[in-house]
Amino acid sequence: MTFQDRFKSTESALVATAVLLAAGAFVMPAWLSFLLTLAFAKALVVLGVVIQMRAGLVSFGQALFFCIGGYGVGLGAQALGISDAFLLLALGTLAAVLLALICGFLLTRYREIFFAMLTLALSMILYGVLVKSSALGSTDGFNVAPPSFLGWEPEGETRKQAVYLLTVAIAAATAVGFHRYLESGLGRVMEAIRENEIRVDYLGLSPRWLLFANYVFAAAISALGGGLTAIASGHIDPDMAFWTTSGEFVFIAILGGTGHVAAPFIGAIVFSVIRTFAIQEAPHYWQMALGIVLLGLILFLPKGLWSLIARRKLQVAK
Amino acid sequence: MQHLPRKPSHPIRPIAVALSLALAAGAVGAADNGKYRIGIVTFLSGAAAGPFGVPAANAAKLTVDTLNAGKLPAPYNVKGINGVEIETVIIDEAGGATKQTEEFRNLVQRQKVDAVIGYISSGDCLAIAPAAEELKVPTIFFDCGTSKVFETVKNPKYLFRTGLDAVVDNVAAARYVVETRPQLKTVASIQQNYAWGQDSWNDFILALKQIKPDVKVVSEQWPKLAQGQYGAEISALSVSNPDVIHSSFWGGDMEALMQQGGARGLFDKRIAVLTAGETGVERFKDQVPNGTIVGGRGPFGAFAPKNALNDWFRPAFTAQYKEPPTYPAYKMVQAILGLKAAAEKGGKAGMPGAEQVVQGLTGLSFEAPSGTVQMSRAKGHQAVQSVSFGEYQYDAKSGKASVTKVKTYAGDCLMPPDGTAPADWIKAGFPGAKCN
Repeated sequence: MTFQDRFKSTESALVATAVLLAAGAFVMPAWLSFLLTLAFAKALVVLGVVIQMRAGLVSFGQALFFCIGGYGVGLGAQALGISDAFLLLALGTLAAVLLALICGFLLTRYREIFFAMLTLALSMILYGVLVKSSALGSTDGFNVAPPSFLGWEPEGETRKQAVYLLTVAIAAATAVGFHRYLESGLGRVMEAIRENEIRVDYLGLSPRWLLFANYVFAAAISALGGGLTAIASGHIDPDMAFWTTSGEFVFIAILGGTGHVAAPFIGAIVFSVIRTFAIQEAPHYWQMALGIVLLGLILFLPKGLWSLIARRKLQVAK
Repeated sequence: MQHLPRKPSHPIRPIAVALSLALAAGAVGAADNGKYRIGIVTFLSGAAAGPFGVPAANAAKLTVDTLNAGKLPAPYNVKGINGVEIETVIIDEAGGATKQTEEFRNLVQRQKVDAVIGYISSGDCLAIAPAAEELKVPTIFFDCGTSKVFETVKNPKYLFRTGLDAVVDNVAAARYVVETRPQLKTVASIQQNYAWGQDSWNDFILALKQIKPDVKVVSEQWPKLAQGQYGAEISALSVSNPDVIHSSFWGGDMEALMQQGGARGLFDKRIAVLTAGETGVERFKDQVPNGTIVGGRGPFGAFAPKNALNDWFRPAFTAQYKEPPTYPAYKMVQAILGLKAAAEKGGKAGMPGAEQVVQGLTGLSFEAPSGTVQMSRAKGHQAVQSVSFGEYQYDAKSGKASVTKVKTYAGDCLMPPDGTAPADWIKAGFPGAKCN
């Protein structure tokens, strides 16, 4: 099988899944499409964590850009009076990219635990600033008015479906784009940097600037995820930047695995489904129930849920 | 370690498996068993669970069990709601507003509850408010204190709040302090640095300066939520030497502050005003000086009046849970009784529909263990009640704590008329306030 074919088959599978999910909007119960909306938005942030993990860097502060994306949408709607969903998402993403361009200079000098701690620190600075901002509602946050879509202003359940379809479309486009990125030379060299940065340097490439680009890409999709979350839930608060939120993203990244662009999406869906049923079935012990199930999954699938699929592929190939 | 080769993939399968699992489980969850299902959302984990969430959940369980047995005093002696047995679906409020909007939808659309009662966190209330209107399910906020709920939803139909907001508390606190301490010259503040603390202090100082313009603020301390150690803040407060210290601290933080401050003599010559102090009355013992001013966010807990409903609730709760009910417990009973009164108002028999409940509750006046509750603000969707403040008194001989010198302020004395923002109303000098 040639590289061309490999691209085509994965990408057509991704697009087919997206079409299926989009068609599902008209048959699945409303709560499920809302759950999936939030899960896909979350998966975009997790994808940001995953592409950095492939380069050997664990970001414990991806919530920084998740929050910037959310507040970009919220402030764009409230302070600037923008109501178009696409403009709002673009605004949040742009804000995150600008911030990443600045933070990237500092962060790309660090590796391993130092990188993790610094990303964590930056997101907690944003959290602290937001909590002290009475004008932005402090810890209560504020509500995001329902957006319009290129002039179309749906109401009620139609609006939820529109947000769901938008999320599926953006998630699919991002997944295809990042699949290409991961398979490209730039994407491949990230693994080389993880394995041996000095060799990459000797080959004439600058690991620092490659990691910088990777960091900015991760920031952009994380902000997109934050913006979609803000639009879907209609509310933003500083918890979006709190370290436990970042921790959840890292956790889902490990749960899904880093082997494929689809892995974060599978991880996010599984996580959300397990969590909501844990809350329903064990209101007093749901954290414990969730923890045990997820620990079990990770114990038996150390390379994440994706390894189930990868293993099957391997057997087929043999 | 050997790397697994990347091969063409078909991610449809795992997603399909997850989806079908969810669908199957969802179908089981949706019960249509002829019972009236109420979703109860309150903190079952985290810092707010102990002082607020768990007492409220316990109160809900006690009330629903007693209602189903038909053993509540009149006018609530009809079994269940309108003769229909009540079933509760309880959910943990922990985890943030985004998750709560998701779980609210799950409650309504997957678990098919007929009404939702809940929410202690103001952030959660703000996030849920538009969703309640959108999903057209009767939703009662029983505790959260933000004054922005009915600014967010300007024309509520399905959304109600049977408790008071925090502005009301702080206006009452300001009146109480000025009336009982007319010599007051200086005031200091210590608040948890988050929305509740910031709003509480803004409202209190605005009202206090309006009533007594010559009061000076000598210190403002903003420790973070659940900091636990307040040594530095206590030193700063002692040095600034105010007559009165206002604090909106709640739960464990409040008890920690009072213990640490008391040990260092902070309250020897200075009076603390604790707007959420009522939850500590049964726990302070001799560690908090007599004369400390406490509030209970309404006529709840230690401030509750004597009536048939309170004569049932207080002993029954104390017997079952081995501690007297605090204000969140009272507020939960109040919300459930409001829902019941609303559903039974029309006199139609059988399962009450959403429209019936909503019409009944709008502008309703109903009885609760805290006295009469009038849904007379925000177009009949926001409760009006009196607020009481008093002084903590501990009798070392009997080991009993009580609240003395109680002053009760009518709701019309503390709340702006509909359509006026609380801050504007206070700044304008409380126009239209009816105080006795």
